[in-house]
Amino acid sequence: MKRATRTRANGRPWQSRTPLLLAAPAAVALLFLVLPLVGLVIRAPWTDAAAVLSSAGALQALKLSMITATIAVIIVLLIGVPLAWVLARPGLRGASLLRALITIPLVLPPVVGGVALFTVLGRSGLLGRPLYQLTGFAFPFTPYAVVLAQVFVALPFLVLSVEGALRAADRRYEEAASTLGARPVTVFRRITLPLIGPGIAAGAVLAWARALGEFGATITFAGSFPGTTRTMPLEVYLALETDPGSALLLSVLLLGVSVAVLALLRERWVSRW
Amino acid sequence: MNTTSMPRPANRLVLVACAAVLGLLLSACGAEPQATAPSPSPEGSANGGVITVLAAASLTEAFTQIGKEFEAKNPGSKVTFSFGSSATLATQIVQGAPADVFAAASPATMKTVTAAGAANTPTDFVANTLEIAVPKGNPHKIIGLKDFGDESRRIALCAPQVPCGAASIKVFAEAKIVPKPDTLEQDVKATLQKVASDEVDAALVYKTDVIAAGDQVDGIEFPEAQLAINTYPIATLKDSKNPALAQAFVDYVLSSEGQGVLAKAGFANT
Repeated sequence: MKRATRTRANGRPWQSRTPLLLAAPAAVALLFLVLPLVGLVIRAPWTDAAAVLSSAGALQALKLSMITATIAVIIVLLIGVPLAWVLARPGLRGASLLRALITIPLVLPPVVGGVALFTVLGRSGLLGRPLYQLTGFAFPFTPYAVVLAQVFVALPFLVLSVEGALRAADRRYEEAASTLGARPVTVFRRITLPLIGPGIAAGAVLAWARALGEFGATITFAGSFPGTTRTMPLEVYLALETDPGSALLLSVLLLGVSVAVLALLRERWVSRW
Repeated sequence: MNTTSMPRPANRLVLVACAAVLGLLLSACGAEPQATAPSPSPEGSANGGVITVLAAASLTEAFTQIGKEFEAKNPGSKVTFSFGSSATLATQIVQGAPADVFAAASPATMKTVTAAGAANTPTDFVANTLEIAVPKGNPHKIIGLKDFGDESRRIALCAPQVPCGAASIKVFAEAKIVPKPDTLEQDVKATLQKVASDEVDAALVYKTDVIAAGDQVDGIEFPEAQLAINTYPIATLKDSKNPALAQAFVDYVLSSEGQGVLAKAGFANT
């Protein structure tokens, strides 16, 4: 209390100095995250940058990654927000079991996720076989498979963060709207959604980033073909086989573009909330 | 009162950036190659000692068997294997992975290691030829290499960057067929997996992989395979903590016992 008043007198409202006990581990965490990226940037052979980054393969992969990750996030939003809403309803039976099920894609090694998708949606999968026999269409080796793999791994990020936001939101606004005669859908649209906007935005950002970096489920379930299913992470991994230098450059490109997109989004969209 | 306060814009940018980085890092976990070099066991300086052998994925079954026999012949010794894409293993060795022997699926990948001064003079120990792999019972009626040029077929090939893919390109060039693959896989086991799960009609893999897959796939030999024979070099590594045992293992692989195991797995003599 004493310290708070003192710093307040210094003109910094309610801001005590960060105690060393928190600052030190926080610095370690930040370094741990940032240093590998610094290494990436330092080690990348920048003299080859122009050739590698403008190569048809890299641009094709980047375009495919951006398009599939964006579509994946739209799907994630459409099905994930309602799931989070159901999950956050007070008194839902079996909520903890449901929550555990939703985190499965987080625990599952992505390659296993890809195999799991095969067993359901592959050409001889549970649902995939009848689909293939009826229409001749099968998901694997198409961009649809890339999107499916990304939705599978990214969905939990959105659901969990939206659920958190829903729990933190003040339910009394919804109750008030209900008692004033608003129908449940109207309450959801006019009250709940604006309340949890920041949570949805944060979840969507996480999901998009996860979809963009998705590797294991994609290479297993969708295969790897230039322009069709070879996304940036797959391109990077393949480049490691022959030319580690260009793999570094491609990684930096993917990082740069994703950070730029997220920064732009924040300006345009997130800041509205 | 609502206790959650909105972060300031500058903070939010940091949050968003961190979230992006976090997502990328999390997903990168999936990119980790299956074969991570195991660290040598500390009790390795005993009588026989411990060696780590990094070997091409296609050697998995044969080398596991050879390792067991070698341990039986050399009491007190222990051989640890790490199997994976030759190129990935070569990168790990150049980056200083603790290992004693490297067996590569192509001279090119061995060359990365010798060029970096990390390996002693390699010896070619077996050869491998390509074979057509089809799902069990050949349900999609693949006849030969020609089917690989059929757009309507689902075909998996190794990427040109890895040894089996380079060999495939050579075969198709000799046979004057333009393949129409649906996917270019990272390594031969991944290619085979697409066949085993019946997601593709056919793939081009090594003969040894067809044998190793057992009941899951059938193999179809084709004459052009003889035009792209792939030799496998083996070498002891300069950083070996136990060069004597490493050399003994290489000698055993080259011996008639070792060659017998390899022949049973479908490898040809060099």
